[in-house]
Amino acid sequence: MDSPARLAVAPSGTRKRRGPLGWVSRDGLSSLLFLLPMLVIFGFFAWFPIVRDVVMSFQRTNLVDTPKFVGLDNFAAVLNDPLFGKSIGNTIYFSVLALVFGYPLPLILAVVISEARRFKGVLSALAYVPVVIPPVVSVLLWTVFYNASPTGLFNTVLSWVGIGAQPWLQNKDTVMPSIVIESTWANAGATMIIYIAALLSVPRELYDAASVDGASILQKIWHVTLPQLRGILLITMILQLIATAQVFTEPYLFTGGGPANSTMTVLFLIYHYAFQNSLGGDYGMAAALSIMLALFLAAFTAIYMWLTRSWSTNS
Amino acid sequence: MKTPRLPFRSNRTERPRQTVPDVHRGIVGALDWRFRRVRWTVRAIHAFTLAFLLVAGLGPLLWLAKSAITPTQDTLRMPLALWPHGFDLNYLTQAWSQTHIDRYFMNTVYMAIGSWATQLIVATTAGYALSILKPPGTRILTALVLATLFVPSIVLLVPLYLSIVDVPFLHIKLINTFWAVWLPYGASAFNVLLVKRFFDNLPSEVFEAARVDGAGPFRLFWSICLPMSRPILGVVSVFAVVASWKDFLWPLLVLPNPAVQPLSVRLPTLQPTTELNIFLAALAISTLIPIVIFLIFQRMFLSGGDVTGSVKG
Repeated sequence: MDSPARLAVAPSGTRKRRGPLGWVSRDGLSSLLFLLPMLVIFGFFAWFPIVRDVVMSFQRTNLVDTPKFVGLDNFAAVLNDPLFGKSIGNTIYFSVLALVFGYPLPLILAVVISEARRFKGVLSALAYVPVVIPPVVSVLLWTVFYNASPTGLFNTVLSWVGIGAQPWLQNKDTVMPSIVIESTWANAGATMIIYIAALLSVPRELYDAASVDGASILQKIWHVTLPQLRGILLITMILQLIATAQVFTEPYLFTGGGPANSTMTVLFLIYHYAFQNSLGGDYGMAAALSIMLALFLAAFTAIYMWLTRSWSTNS
Repeated sequence: MKTPRLPFRSNRTERPRQTVPDVHRGIVGALDWRFRRVRWTVRAIHAFTLAFLLVAGLGPLLWLAKSAITPTQDTLRMPLALWPHGFDLNYLTQAWSQTHIDRYFMNTVYMAIGSWATQLIVATTAGYALSILKPPGTRILTALVLATLFVPSIVLLVPLYLSIVDVPFLHIKLINTFWAVWLPYGASAFNVLLVKRFFDNLPSEVFEAARVDGAGPFRLFWSICLPMSRPILGVVSVFAVVASWKDFLWPLLVLPNPAVQPLSVRLPTLQPTTELNIFLAALAISTLIPIVIFLIFQRMFLSGGDVTGSVKG
């Protein structure tokens, strides 16, 4: 940065830098070499596929025939698919349930754990353990827990308190809540860690001042903690919504979309179009649906940010 | 005898105590702590939380560990009994050798090592170029990398798959090779920006001193930049390995040949054909490495380093 230092290092550098050739011979070549891995990897596996997805959504393409532009046909085909509305409804249901079960839990855990005077590390480690377990293992393990027979693990626990055996994953009314409970269990710890870190930055003086003014503990949580966290709370909410809108692994492994398509989500439908088609993948339709979902999420995020702009300022 | 440093251990006194040390000042302040009702409520909540987290966090793991060595009939009939008909460590070795968990385990290891390497190479070289060398166009490139963070991964899914089936311009088939997993993992905008920001904050005096001593860009990178960034490289490494161990959808798509599939892809297909005790033993084996990594690098996980990776779910 400092010009004296620069000059001392390479007195001729400033002159050589003028022309593009001089730049290449000086350290331009090494810059290029260092940039090369990123340019290649991002070029092939990030930037090009993003552009290609947009192009493909207007094409009929299945890897066998040469791609052909078909205008908005793919979008029309997706919109006319009865599974489209079904999958959107299921995804919204999943997201809302995940918000109801999964949004308050990490916050409550974080507040309680950061107030612990002992075992703070143990408590947060325990809450974080499910996050480390590979999602496939978690889901497969929970399918065993959700065993619908009266001797299934959860049904055994329910029988202790006198509740009859539940069908869990085998009934279309209980399947989605069951999946959401597993998903909440698997993800709550990660969000909790974010809150615990954020709670550390709440100025202690605010609590002291509130105490002096006679605030009770609950009042301090309501009037000091939550307002201080609102920036991070707004962000975790939108991130959770974006993540749950793309849920795939859980319904795919738990139920394969069933029973009666009641857990068919949007991402599952994309997968279905592209990879579960016996006639060869309909990549155009899959691309069209993924573009629609991405655009929706972008618009939704923009509106969310705009609506909450006055809350999220400050801290 | 009073022990003023630990007032919440000794007590039994009715009157409010004044010597509450300032070690902990949060929502429950010293003023609240003077009241016995508050003290006991807070303690009760913490005891309940500890019990709840033991059941919810550790419970499933312990149950899995137990069921991996108990007979199938016990697990099915009495899932919560503690070894009603004894235990047998042989289930673990059976799962390891007979259902070829060993092979899938090694596939997972290869997958993790390779994607760790590509992520580290791309992130450090790109971070170095964008932060220290700063060639013309640095700002545009940084913006292009940042932009990919805002594109949901679903948009990439299908075209990325097609690129693996037939790499554009080069026309190589990567399907059923580990490269299909390793290379796309390198395109992690989060890693690049994280490392770049760390490099931005390295003291520039060191670089200037090294330049004065005649160090070229490669020397600067290898002998100055990398050794100084061990902390961030550790974070990137640990999360790279864990993320690759957890990944499911992508290896499912690009590794259709069972011989190269990792555990996460193989386990669901094993479920219908494997006996439950062997299957649970396989699940237990698959959980081992991530748990060990977590125990070793606990501090890294619990300090909130995994901010983006986590909310992606």
